[in-house]
Amino acid sequence: MPKVLMKGNEAIGLAAVLGGCDAFYGYPITPQNEIPEYLSKYMIEHNKVFVQAESEVAAINMVYGAAGAGKRVMTSSSSPGIALKQEGISYITGAELPCLIVSVMRGGPGLGGIQPSQADYYQATRGGGNGDYHVIVFAPETIQETIDIIKESFDIADYYRNPVMVLVDGLLGQMMESVDLNKPIKKRFLPPKDWATNGMKNHSGRNVVSSLNIDPQKLENHNLKLQAKYQNVIKNETRFECINMEKAEYVIVAYGTMSRIVRSALEVLKEKGINVGLIRPISLWPFPKEAFKQIPSNIKGILCTEMSLGQMLDDVLIANNGKHPVGFFGRTGGMIPEVEEVVRAIERFQETVVK
Amino acid sequence: MAVKYQKSAGLTDNALTYCPGCTHGIVHKLVGECLVELGLLPDTIGIASVGCSVFSYDFFNCDMQQAPHGRACAVATGIKRVLPDNIIFTYQGDGDLASIGIAETIHAANRGENITVIFVNNAIYGMTGGQMAPTSLIGQKTTTSPFGRVLQQHGSPIKVSEMFATIDGVAYLERVTVTTPKHIRNAKKAIKKAFQYQQEKRGFTMVEILSTCPVNWGIKPVDSLKWLEEHMIPVFPLKLFKDTGEFHE
Ligand SMILES: Cc1ncc(C[n+]2csc(CCOP(=O)(O)OP(=O)(O)O)c2C)c(N)n1
Ligand code: SF4
Repeated sequence: MPKVLMKGNEAIGLAAVLGGCDAFYGYPITPQNEIPEYLSKYMIEHNKVFVQAESEVAAINMVYGAAGAGKRVMTSSSSPGIALKQEGISYITGAELPCLIVSVMRGGPGLGGIQPSQADYYQATRGGGNGDYHVIVFAPETIQETIDIIKESFDIADYYRNPVMVLVDGLLGQMMESVDLNKPIKKRFLPPKDWATNGMKNHSGRNVVSSLNIDPQKLENHNLKLQAKYQNVIKNETRFECINMEKAEYVIVAYGTMSRIVRSALEVLKEKGINVGLIRPISLWPFPKEAFKQIPSNIKGILCTEMSLGQMLDDVLIANNGKHPVGFFGRTGGMIPEVEEVVRAIERFQETVVK
Repeated sequence: MAVKYQKSAGLTDNALTYCPGCTHGIVHKLVGECLVELGLLPDTIGIASVGCSVFSYDFFNCDMQQAPHGRACAVATGIKRVLPDNIIFTYQGDGDLASIGIAETIHAANRGENITVIFVNNAIYGMTGGQMAPTSLIGQKTTTSPFGRVLQQHGSPIKVSEMFATIDGVAYLERVTVTTPKHIRNAKKAIKKAFQYQQEKRGFTMVEILSTCPVNWGIKPVDSLKWLEEHMIPVFPLKLFKDTGEFHE
């Protein structure tokens, strides 16, 4: 199959369709508007559902309803919009419904800006909804990887009956790359959705979708069941890439757009005679702690780099568990770091570590 | 022996959680009866909202979803769009529908979503213990308006049906009550018509039902019926607001 040139946001829309998306519910916000714009045409032309909701709050609750009816559904938004979806996300995890949420990050806090950012790492991995819940979060680095993950995400969501969030930034959404849309995805056994509320004529007995458990013992049991599920997610869905680890003196941790910049910085550093490895988390929740086991014991330090002021840093510190010195470099507010800045960050880090 | 009266097959055998004398129970019975008489139970998905009726997912004998506070019409929209041939209804209180969920409700109506909204207006927040609702009457004492609702401070009781009557997407809209057998018969007719219109895919249908909350009004059940008639109906007149009429193929 020949490769095609596609813009990130449109590729997200098409990949969702290839993944079997039945319905899209969303509300406009920059820098993700090309996703609903693309789907507003495609879905209607293909006899599927597209609804522009009155707000992100309404959109995520439409997702709740349609997911509860057993369909493959998605929404997409950006930072302030994802903030509004948190209530719904909490209910969706509580009711154990599958769905896809695409988050295209921009600068914050508040209305912030519209340029690319990674300042919603906490929002994605910690969430702002109530309760002991997790969303499975993937942060691809290229448009190809975004397509491959989105195509698979409905299967993952269905398998665990849990939302999957694909977290990218405005840069990935706006850039163009040539991509292969037909890469095969992992085959999974997906049980029938015999829990779906699609009318009693379609199943025996009455199906109920709810997150309410007024009896504390029942609610604790439900939460323990969710935790057991999350343990399976951690075991089976943790994803990462390690580059140039064997001879590394330093290791950089970076995801998404930041890891693209770091890849270029590694080349420059190599020419300068500094050997640097890269840990690239692909799943942000579950965070790939195992990757840190591949770090050679004699390295001089770990540099966490982000397009924010240190959010993934918390997970890096937990994974490192005090073993190596940890430094941080970040730009924020929509400022995209230059390769040279990452090189200088390693050089500065070198001075502090060697001292 | 001929059966003169029995529980509607539209309701499960679970015991209702409503307080004695609360008219939520009557409304449940009417909705259940209408679904049975129209043969809709196998096709229906109901949406329980947040309020005293939050447990209604245990009471209606059909598939049910429980929605976040105020979001029932968004949840209903989500389901109806992927299952256009099923029957979707929401069951919402006045706090849920007219306060926190007014945006979701207006826009569902404006899109002409082909769903039925059962709107139970008791002029108070029942579930949380009797706080002021947007529908509370001027002068009405509640736990958060201890000196009574004051026009200058709280505004006047919001008239949802009057407002929704202006929305083009609404196919059927009537305000009824359940204080007397006659009113109950009328309420049932309205609910049935709303479901029938949905079957005919005619758009958004809503029945506002003036209901009592004896416990939080602090009035005995029988006196509550009288209080409703004397105080609520003058503010919320019983009326057919919109009926798009006979169906023509
Ligand atoms: C987001 C959110 N805010 C507040 C509440 C608390 N709450 C539960 S029920 C309710 C009011 C319900 O009143 P109404 O809709 O009038 O129904 P009633 O109980 O009177 O039948 C409130 C405020 C909640 N559950 N969720
Ligand atoms: S609190 Fe009021 S509305 Fe709620 S069940 Fe009791 S009487 Fe009915």
